[in-house]
Amino acid sequence: MEPIKTLRSRTAVLPTTNIDTDQIIPARFLTTTTREGLGQNLFADWRYDAQGRPRPEFALNRPEAQGCQILVAGRNLGCGSSREHAPWALLDHGFRAVISTEIADIFRNNSLKNGLLPVVVDEGTSKWLIEHPGAEVSIDLESTTLSLPTGESVEFPIEAFARYCLLNGIDELGFLLERMDQIKAYEQRVQA
Amino acid sequence: MARAPKTLFEKVWNQHQVTAESADTPAVLYIDLHLIHEVTSPQAFSVLRERGLPVRRTDLTLATMDHSTPTRTEQVFGGAPITIDSAAKQVRQLENNCAAFGVELFGLRSAQRGVVHIIGPDLGITQPGKTVVCGDSHTSTHGAVGALAFGIGTTEVGHVLATQCLLQRKPRTFSINVSGKLRPGVTAKDLILGIIGKIGVSGGTGHVIEYRGETIRALDMDGRLTVCNMSIEAGARAGMIAPDETTYAYLKGRPRAPQGADWERALERWRQLPTDAGARFDKEVDIDGAALEPMITYGTHPGMVVPISGSIPVKQGDPAFEKSLAYMGFEAGAPIKDQMVNVVFLGSCTNGRLSDLRSAAGLLRGHKVAKGVQMLVVPGSQHVKQEAEKEGLDKIFIEAGAEWRESGCSMCLGMNGDLVGKGQYSVSTSNRNFEGRQGVGARTLLASPLTAAACAVRGRVTDPRELMNG
Repeated sequence: MEPIKTLRSRTAVLPTTNIDTDQIIPARFLTTTTREGLGQNLFADWRYDAQGRPRPEFALNRPEAQGCQILVAGRNLGCGSSREHAPWALLDHGFRAVISTEIADIFRNNSLKNGLLPVVVDEGTSKWLIEHPGAEVSIDLESTTLSLPTGESVEFPIEAFARYCLLNGIDELGFLLERMDQIKAYEQRVQA
Repeated sequence: MARAPKTLFEKVWNQHQVTAESADTPAVLYIDLHLIHEVTSPQAFSVLRERGLPVRRTDLTLATMDHSTPTRTEQVFGGAPITIDSAAKQVRQLENNCAAFGVELFGLRSAQRGVVHIIGPDLGITQPGKTVVCGDSHTSTHGAVGALAFGIGTTEVGHVLATQCLLQRKPRTFSINVSGKLRPGVTAKDLILGIIGKIGVSGGTGHVIEYRGETIRALDMDGRLTVCNMSIEAGARAGMIAPDETTYAYLKGRPRAPQGADWERALERWRQLPTDAGARFDKEVDIDGAALEPMITYGTHPGMVVPISGSIPVKQGDPAFEKSLAYMGFEAGAPIKDQMVNVVFLGSCTNGRLSDLRSAAGLLRGHKVAKGVQMLVVPGSQHVKQEAEKEGLDKIFIEAGAEWRESGCSMCLGMNGDLVGKGQYSVSTSNRNFEGRQGVGARTLLASPLTAAACAVRGRVTDPRELMNG
């Protein structure tokens, strides 16, 4: 995985609350056996009409949303299914971070493991971001701060080890494999 | 010095720490049982191939296929092809991966195949005090026997395949204490819908719920599995219920439960698991079970739920709420009763067990599914199907005009092509009423098997108590 230190981008905004992973990537697209190519079906049922044409009113279809790497969403983003296809689809579309006041546990974990930054902010910051789609913001993972064009900066929480892995481009499987002696010792202990 | 009292969760967690968490690193948590299925495992096996890694503990890994599999008998047993090419490929890939890595698989035609969260407890392989994971959010189901069970993503499926461990931060604890006797016609499904209605769809985020109290103790194992199944619908990582005599009676003699002297030793261990008196939870909520009615959802997440005699709430100035009602084609303030029903789905990891089928069949006996209503009955596993057929439940469903299918996830998420049409109303015993969950434009109302059966008979949203006792 490529290390991530900073990200600067305009935002795309979906103010809806409780956006579940069935919306992010509907189940009919999960019959894939690879990680690639899911971006075209990101938010498929909101993004396209019955004939498969883009709905012009949908936020991600607007010209100004093109190239945005940060998605701002309403409270409780990513609830529902554990499908890792959700962060895969967001990444494949070009997003590198998601911002909400609350992010569901499994989706947040899955995002961290794929280099999609889950940024949890307070109500006030969220309200400002939702009211200013297209705002150019920056995220600094080293200092765990989100900076708004108003000059204001807010800190966001992120699990320490996930942050370390993201900053250094390390994957967690390597870390677990290095602990094989301890894992074997545990197995012997419980079998005894 | 007396040891500090601990919760059920803390005991299971502590017993499975290979290394404890620190400020810098999460705990390395050992996993006793890894269940896998065709949808969330292919990319994990690819990682093993890329790195040249084996499945470390094939003896702790069990595979089944459920999400993409057809439910029509001719497609499962008759040689008719699986309609969706990519689904057929996914099924073949699981067969190939399990053969290549030496993982036990209940294949498409196996008599042991079924929805992953139905077969674990049914086989007795899900046991008190175990850590259980699966690439599926409804893994929370297995917590009903006193296991710590939670859903993981595909990257983590790869971690467990390769190391039998996960990196985890310790979640917080949440006690939901339910008192009072459930009234006739009120089931475990109504109870969990009532709980989600009260605490909200993110009320459990970051927590492991322990369901406690006399109402929970009085539930049979199938009911407890239904309650824990929907913990994730409240945002919780896991739901647990302390093992007791009901749990032991359920597990005893099951094919993969401990036998003989091992059983006695296991019982001794399991009896140590329940939460100690005086143990503290990070969060606590009390629920009055006696006050509950049959519950049904009216919106597009499981927290949008009302008693069946109630009305759709009125919330002005809430765009998400208005969007949801527009999708459902419902008016704020309207009674939920007598709303139209086109499809009834009985099945899923929430309500696809034998007692669910019995409860719906009991109400349907002597009735017909209303004209124009499609009712699909999909047992949770092939074993549940066989047991139901021994009791003649299949005949009751077929005589009433319902379709009797082979097991699978089916219309819960429609991956296999079992779909609800655009704009149609489906009363479903499954767990999610999200937009499009059962098909593009499909409108889902979540309810108990009893309520679903009553809705099938009337072709309208119906209080099951009107059709009971007579």
